[in-house]
Amino acid sequence: MGYTFDPHVEHLLRRAGFGARPDELDVYRAESFTGAVTRLVEFERIPDDVDSKIGKPGYLLTNGGEFSPRSSIGQARQRWLFRMVHTDRPLQEKMTLFWHNHFATGYAKLNGQVGPAEATRYLAAKPSEDPGRVRGQIEMLRDNALGNFRDILVNIAQDTAMLFWLDGYTNTRLRPQENFGREIMELFTMGVGHYTEADVYAAARVFTGWNLRSPARPVAGDAAQFYSFVFNANSHDTAAKTFSFPIYSDGNRTIPARSATDGMQDGLDFINALAANPETGRYLATKLYRFFISEIGDVSDAWVTRIANVYHSSRYDMKTVMREVLLSKEFWDPDNYFARFAWPVEFVVRAIKDIGWSGYSINDAIAPLLNMGQSLYDPPDVAGWDLGRSWFSSGTMLARLNFASQLAGIQKFNLARAAQPRAASPDALLAFVLEALKTPTLDRAVTDELSNYLHATGAWTASQTQIQNKVAGLVHLVAGSAEYQFV
Amino acid sequence: MKVTRRQFMQGGVAAFTVTFAAPEFLSDLAQAQGARVRNLVVLYLSGGNDSLSMLVPYNDPFYLSRRPGIAIPAGNVLQIGTDSSKVALGLHPRLAGLKQIFDQGRLALIQRTGYPNQSRSHFQGTDIWATAEPANSGGLGWVGRYLDSLPSPVDPLVAWNTTGAPPHVLQSSHVAVPAISNPTTYSFASPNSRDFPTEAAAERATALRINSHVPVDRPELAFVYGTAQAAMATLDRVATVASYAGTATYPANNGFAQALKAVAGAMVRGIGTRIFYVTTGGFDTHSAQNPANGTYANLMTTLNDGLFAFYTDLNNQGLLTDTLVLTFSEFGRRISENGSNGTDHGAASVMMAMGGRVNGGLYGTAPVLNLDPANPTLENNAADVHFETDFRSVYAQVIDQWLGGDSRAILNGDFRKGGLGFV
Repeated sequence: MGYTFDPHVEHLLRRAGFGARPDELDVYRAESFTGAVTRLVEFERIPDDVDSKIGKPGYLLTNGGEFSPRSSIGQARQRWLFRMVHTDRPLQEKMTLFWHNHFATGYAKLNGQVGPAEATRYLAAKPSEDPGRVRGQIEMLRDNALGNFRDILVNIAQDTAMLFWLDGYTNTRLRPQENFGREIMELFTMGVGHYTEADVYAAARVFTGWNLRSPARPVAGDAAQFYSFVFNANSHDTAAKTFSFPIYSDGNRTIPARSATDGMQDGLDFINALAANPETGRYLATKLYRFFISEIGDVSDAWVTRIANVYHSSRYDMKTVMREVLLSKEFWDPDNYFARFAWPVEFVVRAIKDIGWSGYSINDAIAPLLNMGQSLYDPPDVAGWDLGRSWFSSGTMLARLNFASQLAGIQKFNLARAAQPRAASPDALLAFVLEALKTPTLDRAVTDELSNYLHATGAWTASQTQIQNKVAGLVHLVAGSAEYQFV
Repeated sequence: MKVTRRQFMQGGVAAFTVTFAAPEFLSDLAQAQGARVRNLVVLYLSGGNDSLSMLVPYNDPFYLSRRPGIAIPAGNVLQIGTDSSKVALGLHPRLAGLKQIFDQGRLALIQRTGYPNQSRSHFQGTDIWATAEPANSGGLGWVGRYLDSLPSPVDPLVAWNTTGAPPHVLQSSHVAVPAISNPTTYSFASPNSRDFPTEAAAERATALRINSHVPVDRPELAFVYGTAQAAMATLDRVATVASYAGTATYPANNGFAQALKAVAGAMVRGIGTRIFYVTTGGFDTHSAQNPANGTYANLMTTLNDGLFAFYTDLNNQGLLTDTLVLTFSEFGRRISENGSNGTDHGAASVMMAMGGRVNGGLYGTAPVLNLDPANPTLENNAADVHFETDFRSVYAQVIDQWLGGDSRAILNGDFRKGGLGFV
């Protein structure tokens, strides 16, 4: 417990990761700010071996039996949470979550379309473990976590789950389907207010023929069969499409009429135009500000302009953008520490890292997360989760308190063992718990109440039972405190 | 210089704190409010309701020609007569329960509700309907502003959101509305509750006291404190609802119906709640809407079974005249079907009001679906339904005539309109 308080590294890992395991703290504390950011951003230098730790001693447990995260959504959720806790590439998981919310695609609708196993597959399959080498949407986003934004857009436009989710698979020349054409402008790139209804019609026509190839046989009968992107030239609208904003760098607003066989270029030209649109840089920068810097007060316009410029000058390279974000003076401004409402998965993963995971099955966090309002792989709609204050209602707050209670109960004996040398007095035990949970500065009124709690129900004897009960109760109260709901 | 956390903590700024009213007082207040009241249930049909499939102009020739794959045949709709423009209308075949309520004069259907230049975005659209502020939809919800207009102290259970996340409609500056999707899990756990109940009780007492402090200098933190405080202050009253069985059949596999059962339970137990928020989703029917067995038919079954059970239960409990249900959705849908037997985002839609003091019937006029770009009931080159009644006029009627508020203050303008006496 020779623990040194380092608020800066804790902040970095809360934001660029999901909090800090003790071993992560040691690694990052040894780095300079630039070194720590480099380690996070250049994550491909660190082996991607986290999945191989599933089922090994010393890590979170998963539910028993055969573990198949490519066909069971519950197990896909467990694996992602496991990665968040145990990965040595925290920023990769954090950006994957950011993109998941950005390109929010929901399991529930896919389940209705293709059934539970295939819906899971198109969201979560890893090519190395899929009989058809299918790469699910979240694996694609994870592979491109700090990739090129234009490439991510092309991938997402051809992603099987997305083609089901926003009905692109039905978009044809004779019956254009507007869903994807609208959302790629409204939610994925420029933002609402920067396109017209006529642009929505034109965008739908651009993507006519961006459909799915059906499996040769029913999928259930043969796991090597699967739906995949196909460009159906016959279904493509070959006429010219004109927009209210520039498509080409010379300012031309019209995608020219093309032969059906060349028609896929329409979509690629359109995606290039969206990636290059000045509003896209500002839209992404604003979202990054709210995710990485602060949810308090207005978004810094100067910061957005700066990051948008980096986005455009780097030709949409998210690694360059994120390095700039994490090295910005706004990121390191202590006023912005704990200035963002923790998403449920951030709260849960951080609590596990702070409180401990020995003997804990991550399967037991799935239902509590649902009660807190966040099921991975199943955002409520294509706009993603409602963030900020919207995470908090009395019901979701009780779910957070009750999760803290569950985890504290399971870790009761481990916590008591660790606390033993620091439990000579109630105040010593309180200091121990606040260190372990890495809380922000608590108001005096709060620490007084916590101290009163330790003094309630009898004199301090430091008996094993007393320490067990009080450390569990205290961890419950602190992890369930309002302050702990901020990252 | 490295500092230890403890030093850092002791060096922290002393908080400005205020204390909430004690919960005992709040319970008394709730009981006082539990006398005869006017309850409002706001029902959000999420995704953009295709009202042309819910309230069908089945004799309009363009209804059939523009929807060859999804139109409901005239012989299948539940006919409910003609509106003031002589358009024959029928309810979706799965709405047999609502047809009964309509026939009893307790269901009002307000046609072509919307606003100028209606947004086709789910998110902006939802925000606009939630705030009643088309030009500035980032502020507080219209019901939230009503809650803010109540004299303080406001009971933390004055409103009950049955969904997991706080809806924009209820966003207020003073009232943290509890989200209680399931009253049976709305409880306070403790790692010591099984073996050491005294410890568990001490934890609960501590949580209650901690969360009665509010750091007034940090509004975001104060908001979470307020949320936790509302949870602690409402636990016991909500527990009384968990055991409510109901006098009608709320289908077990229908989450919407189960939410309405909790609403009925809260009313029957008289716990003081007056405003309820309920939602049922899946209305973004871009594909496979086909009415015979498609998505939309299932949506209508869910809606019908939930509302009919609720209506029957309240009627049995003598609470129907205390209750008004008001529905909204972020937009209607395009008139012509798309290529996947679905419909894309459109404009005006139908609102419903149901309750024991509702003057039922058809309000407003149906759209005429011909493709003439000059057709005044349509817009966007006759692609979408054009609004006839501003949705804020419907809200104004509810605020003034049901909630006893002042619609001009709450809606920031005079949207009162004649001919809308549905309540």
